[in-house]
Amino acid sequence: MKRFVVKHVAFLLLTLSAVSFLVFTLNEFSPGAVARKILGAYATQEQVDLLTKQMGLDRPVLVRYVEYVKTLASGDLGYSTRFKLPVRDVIFKHLANTALLAAVAFACIVPLSTVLGVVAGMREASRLDRGILMFSTVIASIPEFALGVFLASVFVVWLGWLPGTATLVAGGGWSVAAQLVLPVAVIVLFDSGYVVSMIRASMVEVMQRPYIRTAVLKGLPFRAVILRHALRNAMLTPVTIIMLQINYLIAGVVVVETVFAYPGFGRMILEAALFKDIALIEAGALVAVFLAVVTNILGDLAYRLLDPRIRA
Amino acid sequence: MSTPVAAGTLSASSPAASRVWARRWRRRVAALAESTPATIGIAIVLAWVVLALLAPLIAPYPPNANDMAALAHTQPSKAHWLGTDHLGRDLLSRILWGARPVLVIAPLAVLGAAALGSLLGLAAGYYGRWIDLTITRACDIVLSFPVIILYMIILAHFGSSAWNIIGVLTLTKAPIIARIVRGMTLDLREREYVAAAKMRGESALYIMLVEILPNARGPLVVDMCLRSGYNVIIIGALGFLGIGLPPPDPDWGGMVKDTYGMMMVWPHMALVPCAAISSLVVGFNLLAVGLRELGLRD
Repeated sequence: MKRFVVKHVAFLLLTLSAVSFLVFTLNEFSPGAVARKILGAYATQEQVDLLTKQMGLDRPVLVRYVEYVKTLASGDLGYSTRFKLPVRDVIFKHLANTALLAAVAFACIVPLSTVLGVVAGMREASRLDRGILMFSTVIASIPEFALGVFLASVFVVWLGWLPGTATLVAGGGWSVAAQLVLPVAVIVLFDSGYVVSMIRASMVEVMQRPYIRTAVLKGLPFRAVILRHALRNAMLTPVTIIMLQINYLIAGVVVVETVFAYPGFGRMILEAALFKDIALIEAGALVAVFLAVVTNILGDLAYRLLDPRIRA
Repeated sequence: MSTPVAAGTLSASSPAASRVWARRWRRRVAALAESTPATIGIAIVLAWVVLALLAPLIAPYPPNANDMAALAHTQPSKAHWLGTDHLGRDLLSRILWGARPVLVIAPLAVLGAAALGSLLGLAAGYYGRWIDLTITRACDIVLSFPVIILYMIILAHFGSSAWNIIGVLTLTKAPIIARIVRGMTLDLREREYVAAAKMRGESALYIMLVEILPNARGPLVVDMCLRSGYNVIIIGALGFLGIGLPPPDPDWGGMVKDTYGMMMVWPHMALVPCAAISSLVVGFNLLAVGLRELGLRD
């Protein structure tokens, strides 16, 4: 267990330093680039040079990178030029919004895809299996923005049951809960298509194991075979995949957030990247990677807890 | 499955060899036709390829031509079968022309990722030790990164063009291929025919590319099909986010971005490109499902 922790923390630090260095050099490599981004396209070259000198940006990249890491370590993430707020506040607010969306979606994805995956995988190539496989393949093939447009055209334009935007500010006669329905639906449909096929594949494999045949041959009812013998083993491999979905739910839902004008983390990064808000890009990328690696570690941990063979 | 030695000794130019190849291909096509998902998948993808190739001949209007008269009535009509967009451009023509960049960029990026990933995976699996460790760690780092954030940062920084999109897709998808190939190489390098090639004094590069790689192709082909579908999704998403192919040339994702704000009034403008892109991805993914079924049966 100690080795496990040391190994993963080391990888976390390695990844964070690699990513911070890459993003830092990408944004700040050429001298004058930072000052130019701060001052905008209409500033004269003299103004840019002056600010570059003042901020000490004419020194080598490595020196500045070390300084940047020191500032980060002291807890100062900088100031966002796009939102006119400290980066820490901007990130916290958007991350909280995305966490809400992700939590609701995750709470739907896991039970839905587990049921569909297990039901499909327990009798391979049955009609039910074929149907679920076809459904999940097709659903996972529709890009999120297209799924959003399809659902919105039915429930917003045609039926008028739901609002087309989710700004999280109750207004126009729609509650926040009603606003969440469509974004969550898009994420759940798109993502569970993939998770269902993974759980199904694992279930199919487990059903071919000798101990399942033994359980069937000794006369256990099929229900008991599935619930008592197959389920736990079939969920082993998908657990890591399910944990990886958290990663997608936090950073990858930028498209869904854009469709429904949801003030989330992914859209914040997109805006920062388009607005050339350097402090926010750098800090946002670090937060995203940190969350991604940590969910990876949690996935590994869950796998170990479920599988006594490698608990050691 | 054929052994690479047998395939290698038959030179493709001799008539006997070409007959063997033809027979093998005919058998593969026949096997594919047996699988329903694969048949539907191939049909969809092929249809789009044909439409894209014929776009200059069959598109009723130039893709960027504005028909100001049509703006009064943008809905599908006799003059514009799928209607026009908010600038009076014929949607059917833009869909047909828009199939071209997607069908070039997605497969090119997959090929790039397959080439780079195979080389990295082969080197990691064949040499082992610190080479393996370095490559695996580097791949892990790229894979742990939420890639869409990487796309946003890189494409917003360097500007978006077809080549830049191919570049980022290649770099971010190569680690997945590398992981698959590395796993297979670890197994394949212990085989007798690899030992025989070493005995003959073949170079490491020859052994990796001629003896090992052809035997790893099964899972690779399935993965490349899936990747093509995902790449189509990503290219569409990039266009939708406003960091895809630059306007005014038609790009499916960009067409949705320009018009989804007008859904309450003209839903068809966003629905048509959404349907086009979804059908193409469904095609690629069904093909992958079919190929995997075939692979399992062998």
